[in-house]
Amino acid sequence: MAKEFEDFDANLAGEEGKTEETKSSWFKRIKKGINTKTSEKKETPEGLWTKCPDCNYICTVSELREHLFVCPKCRYHHRVNSSEYYEILFDNAEFTELFENIRSKDYLGFTDLKPYKKRLDEIWSKSDLKDSMRVAVGKVGGQDMVIACMDFEFIGGSLGSVMGEKFSRAVDHCIAHKMPYMVISKSGGARMMESAFSLMQLAKTSGKLSQLSDAGLPYISLLTDPTFGGISASFGMLGDLNIAEPGALIGFAGPRVIKETIKKDLPEGFQRSEFLLEHGFLDFIVPRTELKDKLAKVISLFKN
Amino acid sequence: MPSNANRQFLDFEKPVKDLIDEIENTKNRQEKTNIDMSDMIQRLEQNIIEKRKDITKDLTSWQRVQLSRHPDRPYTLKYITKMTENFVELFGDRNVKDDKAMVGGFASLNGETVMMIGQQKGINTKMRQLRNFGMANPEGYRKALRLMRLAEKFNKPIITLIDTPGAFPGLEAEERGQGEAIARNIYEMIRLKVPVICVIIGEGASGGAMGIGVGDKVFMMENTWYTVISPESCSSILWRSWDKKEIAAEQLRLTADKMLGFGLIDGIIPEPVGGAHWDYDEAAQKLKDFLIPVLQEQKQKTAEQRVSERIEKFGKMGFWDEV
Ligand SMILES: [Zn+2]
Repeated sequence: MAKEFEDFDANLAGEEGKTEETKSSWFKRIKKGINTKTSEKKETPEGLWTKCPDCNYICTVSELREHLFVCPKCRYHHRVNSSEYYEILFDNAEFTELFENIRSKDYLGFTDLKPYKKRLDEIWSKSDLKDSMRVAVGKVGGQDMVIACMDFEFIGGSLGSVMGEKFSRAVDHCIAHKMPYMVISKSGGARMMESAFSLMQLAKTSGKLSQLSDAGLPYISLLTDPTFGGISASFGMLGDLNIAEPGALIGFAGPRVIKETIKKDLPEGFQRSEFLLEHGFLDFIVPRTELKDKLAKVISLFKN
Repeated sequence: MPSNANRQFLDFEKPVKDLIDEIENTKNRQEKTNIDMSDMIQRLEQNIIEKRKDITKDLTSWQRVQLSRHPDRPYTLKYITKMTENFVELFGDRNVKDDKAMVGGFASLNGETVMMIGQQKGINTKMRQLRNFGMANPEGYRKALRLMRLAEKFNKPIITLIDTPGAFPGLEAEERGQGEAIARNIYEMIRLKVPVICVIIGEGASGGAMGIGVGDKVFMMENTWYTVISPESCSSILWRSWDKKEIAAEQLRLTADKMLGFGLIDGIIPEPVGGAHWDYDEAAQKLKDFLIPVLQEQKQKTAEQRVSERIEKFGKMGFWDEV
């Protein structure tokens, strides 16, 4: 476990952390490696090679990709985006994205160090991501399924009105087409720039899950590193199955806040997936490399 | 309610304090000199009411937050004892322990049995610690859910009084699943068959508030706040400094009038002039008078109606563009 707490707060503020070696900046370097065109690669050798933040193992991005962004040496699970999860999970990486026309809006005229509107415009101009969650439908092991997946890169994967609305429509889609629903969480918590509207998404999404449950359809919540705040206080913890990737940090309050509150050091492994499993809050932990098979198995058990 | 001599005052309440001091001085003089000054005292007392109105007619969001945390402000048990009869407090989550930051039990409101639930803050240093400053642990939320289920079993309406700076961010809280406890409550509250009325009576901070805050109707008292994060924490995260809490409070639009304007709450419950801390009886009476017709109205609905209307109510909340 890293000695310095990772700065989730910075991600939620739409910024990178203060510390040089935050996982998000590390992640961005990997992304740079992924996204760098072959012609540019000679000029940006740092994008080609990656170092594992846990064991310092050095390998190329393409080697890492072959291992589904799990460190070949120590099994550390690198943070990846929705596009990687969709590629890993959907058969032949074929899927249809749903509700991608829904965009965040600065309804409150919220201004912190920057206006929310400006923050959104800047991200949209720099990134292909439209918001902190995407929804897609496709087949997993031959079975139809809707998978909603968060993108931590987009304001820390924060829960705002758009995530709430996409989540809701995804549930409607599942009910209309009798499909199981999976949500892959990776988020620092609520989107503060949407104030109470972001808080209300906890109730909004829970209401939709209630309808999904009444329709007798499975809901699987996959928690990945990190999942905090409003997500764990709502649909993140409400799965028929709550499952997680190994070593993911998952909790309600962030470790920094807890440490400041209790004025004590936190025990090794605190708020990791393994800790949650031991305390009875996860059904199982599944390595990314086995995720697809296990998911397909579970869905077929629900069905047959 | 504290006597005038024991009252505590916020900065902007200073003019009222001056008047109260003046009355005390006049009374002392009257006693010493044996000259009747009752006219003057009466006039000064009238001035106090005017002054209370005056200093609170144009408050900033941050001042509203300060009023919601006023050290003399009445807390959940105060309202319960003043507005109901036959209160039987029930303890424990039947699993880990009794969380003193969350209280509840059956009571008669206007002759009918209701389940009253709320966070409880302490009235002095010792009690504040016992009540953990109104910050519940998972067992508090599970206790609340147990009581809600009990109410549902006996077909009694539920009234929750919300007053918390947040769910407790502690080590044991995480071990026992703070997130899961709140999530479960939100999920189950949406499905409750009986009427659920929620009232923010002080601080409505984030998931800790919403963990008992999903109802057919949600109201805020006049001098309260409700949003996703406290102004202080918001300042520290978004402004990277603890000093911007006033601006954060403004930007968060966390006051009752703003929340009503957004359609996120269903109404504002009036308080005594200047705030609930000036008169507990009056504050409780105003709350009671407000709630009785609301309960009557909610009782007309069927269980199915209630649940589907709750899902629809929260389902509409949010703003986005479709491109
Ligand atoms: Zn490694």
